[in-house]
Amino acid sequence: MNAIIIATLVLGAVGIVVGIGLVYIGNKFHVEVDERETEIREVLPGNNCGACGYAGCDAVAAAIVAGEASAAVCPVGGAPVAEKINGIMGTHAELSARKVAFVRCNGSCENTSTKNQYVGIRDCRAVVLAGLNPWDCDFGCIGYGSCAAVCPQNAIHTKDGVAVVDPEKCVGCGLCVKTCPNGLIELIPYGQKTVVRCRNIDKGKDVKAICSVGCIGCRLCTKQCENAAISVDNNLARIDYSLCIDCGKCAEKCPQSTITKA
Amino acid sequence: MGRKSFHGGVHPIEHKELTRNAAFETYLPRGEMVYPLGQHIGRPASPVVSKGDHVAAGQLIAEASAFVSANIVSSCSGTVKAVERRRTVAGVYAESVVIENDGLYETVPGLGTKVDHRHLSQEEILAKIKDAGIIGMGGAGFPTHVKLMPKDPSAIRYIIANGAECEPYITCDDQLMRDCAGEILTGMEVVLSLFPGAEGVVIIEQNKPEAIAAMKKAAEGRNIRIMAVRTKYPQGGERSCISLVTGASYGITQLPADVGCIVDNIGTIYAIYKAVCETTPLMERGVTITGEAVKRPCNLITRIGVNCGELLEAAGGYKDGVQAVKILAGGPMMGIAFDNLNVPLQKNNNALTFLARDEVEEAERKQTACIRCGRCVRVCPQGLTPQLMSDAFAKKDFDRYENKLHGLECISCGSCTFICPAKRPLTQEFKVAKAEIMAAKRAAKEKEAAKA
Repeated sequence: MNAIIIATLVLGAVGIVVGIGLVYIGNKFHVEVDERETEIREVLPGNNCGACGYAGCDAVAAAIVAGEASAAVCPVGGAPVAEKINGIMGTHAELSARKVAFVRCNGSCENTSTKNQYVGIRDCRAVVLAGLNPWDCDFGCIGYGSCAAVCPQNAIHTKDGVAVVDPEKCVGCGLCVKTCPNGLIELIPYGQKTVVRCRNIDKGKDVKAICSVGCIGCRLCTKQCENAAISVDNNLARIDYSLCIDCGKCAEKCPQSTITKA
Repeated sequence: MGRKSFHGGVHPIEHKELTRNAAFETYLPRGEMVYPLGQHIGRPASPVVSKGDHVAAGQLIAEASAFVSANIVSSCSGTVKAVERRRTVAGVYAESVVIENDGLYETVPGLGTKVDHRHLSQEEILAKIKDAGIIGMGGAGFPTHVKLMPKDPSAIRYIIANGAECEPYITCDDQLMRDCAGEILTGMEVVLSLFPGAEGVVIIEQNKPEAIAAMKKAAEGRNIRIMAVRTKYPQGGERSCISLVTGASYGITQLPADVGCIVDNIGTIYAIYKAVCETTPLMERGVTITGEAVKRPCNLITRIGVNCGELLEAAGGYKDGVQAVKILAGGPMMGIAFDNLNVPLQKNNNALTFLARDEVEEAERKQTACIRCGRCVRVCPQGLTPQLMSDAFAKKDFDRYENKLHGLECISCGSCTFICPAKRPLTQEFKVAKAEIMAAKRAAKEKEAAKA
């Protein structure tokens, strides 16, 4: 009986001593953390994609508290997250309209053909570095899916040799934009339906010879547009999304079906 | 005397017999001439002519736009057709000057005037080299006048003329040394006059006995050493040459000048001779048209800017019933493959190789997993570990690739890919990895600059 009491007392005493020590050390080495940083960190999505330009969610939370980043910095979280961060920080940063990635090419196996067989690493950047684009068109999608490999949302898939973005899954982080060696991917407003699916700046005749859906720079679309939202520069049509009302008249007239209204 | 060779290396089949004894023929192009503004390392030149201008051969058409940049000189007479984006050998589009060749080859006045270089000052020589638009003709294309202006000229101990020509198939440097040994050595003396303390060394592989004999004969009475070295690839690499002559190796952050060496290709030295002693800017070069698919493999002296398709025709076109499955600018080890012959010959293209067999594709079909035999490590002239670098690349661990494995020191010579029994595309992986790391570094630098 005695032994049990002694053991309990000794253990209890040791516990108290160690506890006091821990409290003392804890106070001594306390690191001041802004409470808001922890709160923001909890609000952020937490997938550390780096799309904001910071090295993960912890880093961007610190940057927001330090005033270096806007409350609407996270493209993945979008408006709901920005609102919550605004609440924590007491700011009124507004999120720009949601943007999604879009691949400016429709040169699938059906619409264009290959001129040589590429052998080597199955990676778009390796293809461009070797200067051996297998497709007839030197501007189009190579289709080895370097963009799909970097997409944190699994929103890009290559189909028939062309990368296609699922706008519902896409969060507009822009990693694919940076990755595509042909510079085919751009961010467009979510919900935009009328798009030019080509980036070839060659003359119309040359484009027609190699691709059945390439832009030939005929300017028919510019004549249709009532808002002057389309311009043809360098033999390539381009839509100014801030002016476009998505009426789709240009898509109807496009002789190559380069402009589509999905 | 230095060592007779360097660490590592491989022995690919030479295939030089196709053009070994094909003496130079002069080919004057008939079609339009295209001059990409960025055919050298550094900032692209800025054009000084515009559409409709008449130019003569030897006239400046684009001038160096920065310290590391080079002039471009018209190699034909005719009318400027356009300054526009044209396809280049590298498979990309680049801003180029296009000249409609009138076929007369009228030259600018004073071209070809003989000058004794001993009466020129160092500044005059450098100015002449710069004006002539000379760049490294062996492949890299680094502006020569920049190379010849190191920070500390007195520290230069060796001027190395690189006539190793270790790349299979190519024989144009061999022919140049046989034909113009005296001129090349005078070119060496021009360069040596810039560096009084330096010794001149010419490196030639032992598989070129005629060239060695010609150079040795021409070197009699001159203070230039001709060094016959073992035939081994990549003997002609800048680093291989330096380790051979000095016995020293150096890191990626160092330049050859840091170990007291300047290495120039034989073709570059010859161009220096032409520019300084004969007042002729860089307009023509020797080029080997070779490969199993070509009817009449040959060595041509032709004008820079000529269409590659025209050069193939000059070599008789393809053999009957044969189609080239792989076209390379350069040789099979380091040359870059391209698919469209409608591109111009650049200053740094020493050969066009038309292969009837695509061994890269055959290799890919036989590709297996790495068997860790270590042969790549044994042959790497840079002393790297390609097997581990490939592993780091597969895991996208570029930090390990760069800092632990020193992957940026890779010179893309292709020895590891050549020797690999598992047929793995090692060199291509390293090229991609290096490009990624360099792009990331550039982006970080820009970010830093934007912050500051």
